Amino acid sequence: MRIVADRARCEGLGMCEAMAPDFFEVGDDGTVTILDETPGEEHRAAVLAAVDACPVLALSLDG
Amino acid sequence: MDLVVVGASLAGLRAVESARRAGHTGPITLIGAEPHLPYDRPPLSKAFLCAGGPAQVRPFRGEAELRDELGVRLLLGTPAQTLDTVACEVSVGDQAVPYDALIIATGASPRPFPGTSGIAGVHQLRTSDDAVAIRSALDGGARTVVVGAGFIGSEVASAARARGHEVTVVEAASLPLSRSIGVDAGTVCADLHRANGTDLRLGVGVAAIESSDGRVTGVRLDDGTVLAADLVVVGTGVAPATGWLRGSGVPLHERDGGVLCDETLWTGVPGVYAAGDVAHVPNPLFDGDLMRLEHWTSAAEQGAAAARHALDPASARGLAPVPYFWSDWYGHRIQFVGTPDCDEVQVVDTDTFTALYRRGDRIVGALTVDRPREVMKFRKRIAERGDWSEALAFAGVSAREGAA
Ligand SMILES: Cc1cc2nc3c(=O)[nH]c(=O)nc-3n(C[C@H](O)[C@H](O)[C@H](O)COP(=O)(O)OP(=O)(O)OC[C@H]3O[C@@H](n4cnc5c(N)ncnc54)[C@H](O)[C@@H]3O)c2cc1C
Ligand code: SF4
Repeated sequence: MRIVADRARCEGLGMCEAMAPDFFEVGDDGTVTILDETPGEEHRAAVLAAVDACPVLALSLDG
Repeated sequence: MDLVVVGASLAGLRAVESARRAGHTGPITLIGAEPHLPYDRPPLSKAFLCAGGPAQVRPFRGEAELRDELGVRLLLGTPAQTLDTVACEVSVGDQAVPYDALIIATGASPRPFPGTSGIAGVHQLRTSDDAVAIRSALDGGARTVVVGAGFIGSEVASAARARGHEVTVVEAASLPLSRSIGVDAGTVCADLHRANGTDLRLGVGVAAIESSDGRVTGVRLDDGTVLAADLVVVGTGVAPATGWLRGSGVPLHERDGGVLCDETLWTGVPGVYAAGDVAHVPNPLFDGDLMRLEHWTSAAEQGAAAARHALDPASARGLAPVPYFWSDWYGHRIQFVGTPDCDEVQVVDTDTFTALYRRGDRIVGALTVDRPREVMKFRKRIAERGDWSEALAFAGVSAREGAA
């Protein structure tokens, strides 16, 4: 599983960080940083919740 | 099992998607009053109104995708008229649509300004059709008056100022938004308007919207002032769209007619759940406060949960979310997490602006302006019922100073 972020789309709304703070963080520039792009399978639920929560649909999962 | 979802917007779409993800293989019908496929509303008052913004409102998903991949039967452009909770049927036009599980996701509609229907140049902003009309007025260089200094009206004012138009915002209260975010944050919002050249009139009501030959000419205030206008946007709040539920047995809130649910989004009527702007839901994280939120995030989350719970009530778990919304004014990002219903508000940063909200010895809310990195760290503390003095310390204020 790989997290794919469309940084041009990201508006820094932070819901991904709210759902899965171990994998996403919003910086001062107001865009997301992926802290770990390839989380282990055991984190799928949390990462999927983050992907679904993004209000501008900037996140997706590969695999 | 037949799943019927009424309201084809964010909450309704998320209900459909989550039903399929949860493995529901039975029929799904999505009923929507608007002729459009589900689309996203927040951009309507932001990017879409800007000069050079997107040309069209794009739906979340295409029709073929909804029909073929998600297997949804679409009934769009036709409102549900009544609900019969004994026969388990929704009436739409001349058909009766039977359900085993029903999701009410009809959202909310703006309250119109009395006596203005049919006057050209007077608009509300809820739908893509509204946004198209407002944008074309702005393209024409309209002198703009916004009635009500709420979030959506303020975003319209901001878009009109970005184009260099003359803009006045009229607000009957003495400060914008003080009921929803408190006095200090309301003051900051007022300052944002003024610093960006918007004429903000506080503490004065609108007596009438004036027109000539069916086209708006201006807004007359209670104090007799007349503001000339080519475009008037009325943003004085919304009411839950529940007219079709009257007499159905679904419990409605006595004040605003929103649907009353428990924390699993169940209405108490077998098989019937509600989600999004239409629903009042108690929140165990905030002493069980009944909340009807008009926020993107709660509509998305509740829509998904309502479908899972309706299809498998035994698995239903109560939600205890931290409410969250954002709003973009004049290039500034306002973010709010939690509840403004509190014992004390403390402004902890006057540089960009951060205010924290205390209930008892907990932090229950935070409002930030241009602090995208910090807001979710406050949200985490609110979700964990975090201690007030720790939150102040995190914000860089000593607890002693906080207690003084
Ligand atoms: C201009 C604008 C800007 C916004 N900006 C932000 C923002 O920046 N941040 C944020 O957090 N939130 C924002 N919001 C709020 C957010 O968009 C809403 O919370 C969200 O749309 C609610 O989704 P919903 O599905 O519950 O209801 P709605 O989106 O209101 O959808 C309800 C749907 O049901 C339909 N309907 C009504 N009655 C019937 C009936 N009888 N039969 C069938 N269909 C019916 C309606 O036509 C509508 O399409 C904004 C809203 C607007 C309008
Ligand atoms: S939720 Fe979406 S918009 Fe917000 S920071 Fe994450 S990726 Fe960016």
